[in-house]
This record gives sequence, structure tokens and C-alpha cells, in this order.
Amino acid sequence: MLSKRIIACLDVRDGKVVKGVNFEGLRDAGDPAALAQRYNRDGIDEIVILDVTATLEARQARANTIAAVAREIFLPLTVGGGIRNEDDAAAAIDAGADKVSLNTAALENPPLISTLAKRYGSQAVIVAIDAKRERNGFAVFARSGTSAANRNAIEWAKEAAAMGAGEILLTSIDRDGTKAGFDCELTAAVSDAVNIPVIASGGAGTFDHFAEVFTIGHADAALAASIFHFNEKSVSELKQFLANHAIPVRK
Amino acid sequence: MIALVDYGAGNLTSVRKALAAVGARVWTPAVPGELGRAHGIVVPGVGHFDATRQLTEDWRTAIKTMADDGVPLLGICVGLQWLFEGSEEASTADGICVFKGNCFHFADRLPKSQVPGPRPLKVPHVGWNSLRMPKPSRLMAGVDDDTQVYFTHSYAAPVIDDTVAICEYGVPFSAAVERDNIAAVQFHPEKSGDAGLRILGNWIANVK
Repeated sequence: MLSKRIIACLDVRDGKVVKGVNFEGLRDAGDPAALAQRYNRDGIDEIVILDVTATLEARQARANTIAAVAREIFLPLTVGGGIRNEDDAAAAIDAGADKVSLNTAALENPPLISTLAKRYGSQAVIVAIDAKRERNGFAVFARSGTSAANRNAIEWAKEAAAMGAGEILLTSIDRDGTKAGFDCELTAAVSDAVNIPVIASGGAGTFDHFAEVFTIGHADAALAASIFHFNEKSVSELKQFLANHAIPVRK
Repeated sequence: MIALVDYGAGNLTSVRKALAAVGARVWTPAVPGELGRAHGIVVPGVGHFDATRQLTEDWRTAIKTMADDGVPLLGICVGLQWLFEGSEEASTADGICVFKGNCFHFADRLPKSQVPGPRPLKVPHVGWNSLRMPKPSRLMAGVDDDTQVYFTHSYAAPVIDDTVAICEYGVPFSAAVERDNIAAVQFHPEKSGDAGLRILGNWIANVK
């Protein structure tokens, strides 16, 4: 049976892992390669490296950070943040990434999704959607959550899938860093609207939150950062908990 | 030396790194003529079956000749599909017919009655799924039933007599095949943690 994936996110700035609350107040949480190795031993299913400030500061994802992490682990590795064009994607993939995650660049230039899907295959292209609750539904935000994209998250997910995205990485801006739980309503709405896997992100605080997002949230994978970084919870304990709740996970 | 065939179907960094981790020396031949000095050949691949068209007749002939001579050959992902007769993904691109059967799209083979739960299975099949070994093989030696490996694909090869690992995603399909010196895996051993390295190590152990 296909397992629900647990993905660790390394929010990287200047070669160090950081994690903020609602994208602000970043705290130092260590060396990316060392963390990746720890996760690998603990049974993580995938690693995502996000350069949280790269888009704002117009930086490319750091090839040496990618290479250092890729050296340590034999797991799927995704890189996002600052992937603005085909060359940025190629640099990340050449450095050892298996997938790139597009966010602002996909909103500003949707054909980039199909260009990369043709060159590397859809499995290598993740479209990241940062969504926020508004009166009329879930609105998409660009530039690390700072700029309204004037799009509906569900419609944008469908469009991205139609253009060749292989997965959607869906972050709830409202929940990000709060540990109040994933936004299951948002996740289920997007997951049910597309026929590609949806990775839920933003709000993981307890093991129950993961169980919820896999059941009522219809998520295919769940991503978290701070809950793991500070040794608050271990990946292996989380998986045991999910297995006890009849949710398929990789042992 | 292991020849890692680069036909432009995505990134070879991971495969090269994983082969090195199990002790292989790897190079990427620039022309088919270089294949003659390979002790083993890996045909990798992510992406679209159509990309295998980059493997022009001279490459196909060179790979086939080496395989016929008993040189170990390993196909990965699209590289597995290419060893079959062809794929519905690209009707104009042919496989090299080492294994019988045509690769199919999951969406075409998932009858509603077999779909578990209220929602249809998503395509591509992405993530960790478990293996069942219908018979012993060199490739899967020491890998237990229910071991999970990482898949990412929309097309799959049917279960045949040469299937040595079966996976199920709505329908059963070949996760690994082996006949004599030719082996292939649909999953990505280079992305499957310790289990993947074990399988690559098993293959390397048969390369002289």
C-alpha cells in the first residue's frame, strides 16, 4: 500500500537552517547536512530545502547547501526558494536536487511549469502554493506570503496540475509556525480538486495533527519543520503513532 | 567500470552518487562505441518514455549487443519500461523488447470497483510503496516482503514470468524484473534509502 509521506523541511538562510513563526522572527536551528542525516536515521521519507528569503532577496538556491545535503542522504530531495527560471532549476537539479519547488516564479510565469515538466518530467516539478483564508475562500500569496497574487488557491492548483506540475506543496499562511494544526479544510479542498499528490504544510504541532491531515485533510504527504528540528518530536515516534491509527507509513 | 547511459532524461547525479556509495566506478560514455569497455551498464531515467528516442539505433544496438554477450544491464524507472516492448506513453517510441509486454498508464487500468475508498487513486504514483517477491532473485536477495521503496511514475509494466518484485497501486505491476544478466527496477533505488542501496549492491555484486 502506498504510504503517507512525512517530509522534513529545512528552511535555509546563509547556509544555516532557520524556522520562523508566520515567516518572521527566524531562529537558528543548525547545519542542514547534519539535520538531514539525523532525519534520515530517524526514518524521514523526504527532505525539502527552502531558502526562505531567496525570492525576496533575488538569490539562487545555494548549490553547495544542496550538494552537502545530497551527499548525506539517499532520499528524494526537493529544493525551493529562488527558483525563478529554467537556469535556476537546472542549477538546483545539477547540484543534486530531484525536484524543484516553484512558487512566485510559477505565479508570474506559469509556462515555466510546463517548460520544466518537459525537460525533467512532471515528477521533478512541485508547485508551492501559500494560501490564506479570506472572506471569499482561500487566496494565494506570493513572495514568501507578503504579496497577494489575486488568485484562488483551488483554481491555481488545478491550473498548475494541468500545466504539468507533479505535486502541490500547500502551505497555510494562517497556520504556519503556529503549531495549531494543519488547515484540513484547505488541504482537502485542494487535494480533492486535483489528481496529483498534495503535500500539506503549516501548523504541525502534535501527532494528532498529522493523523487529521491524512484523514479529514485528504493529504498525500505532510511537511513540517520546527516540530522536528528542536527534538520536540521524533519522526519514528510519529510514524509509530500513525501506524497505530491505521494510517499507512514507511517503517 | 559501470557505464551510466545519459540520454538526457533528467538528472544522473543521484544515480551516480548511489552507485559510488555501493563501490562502483562509474562513467558516462559519450558515444556508443565506448560501451565496449563496460563491465556493467545502467540505463536510468525519469520523465517521459519519449525521451528514450534519444537512444538512437546505434545506442540501442550497442546496448543490446552487450546484453546479449552477458554484460549485466540494469534499467531504472523509464529504463525498465524501455526494456519492454513499448509504452502507451509514446506509441512512436519502441522499447528493445527484452521483456514481454507493453507499459500502461495507471489511469487506464484502475477500474472503479478496484479503487479503495471514496476518492480515485492519484496519478502519478508518488511515494513509498511495499514490495512482494514472487520468487527468489539475485537482485532482490535479502530484501524482505513489505520492504518499501520510492516510486514516481505514471506508467507501469505488467507482471510477467520474469517479475521478481511486485508492487500494487490499484493494479499489480512489475516493480523489478530479472532474467539472466538483465535486470530492471521501476522504483528509484538511488532514492530508497538503505533498501535501495542494498538492491544496487546486489546488482553490483554480479558485475565482474
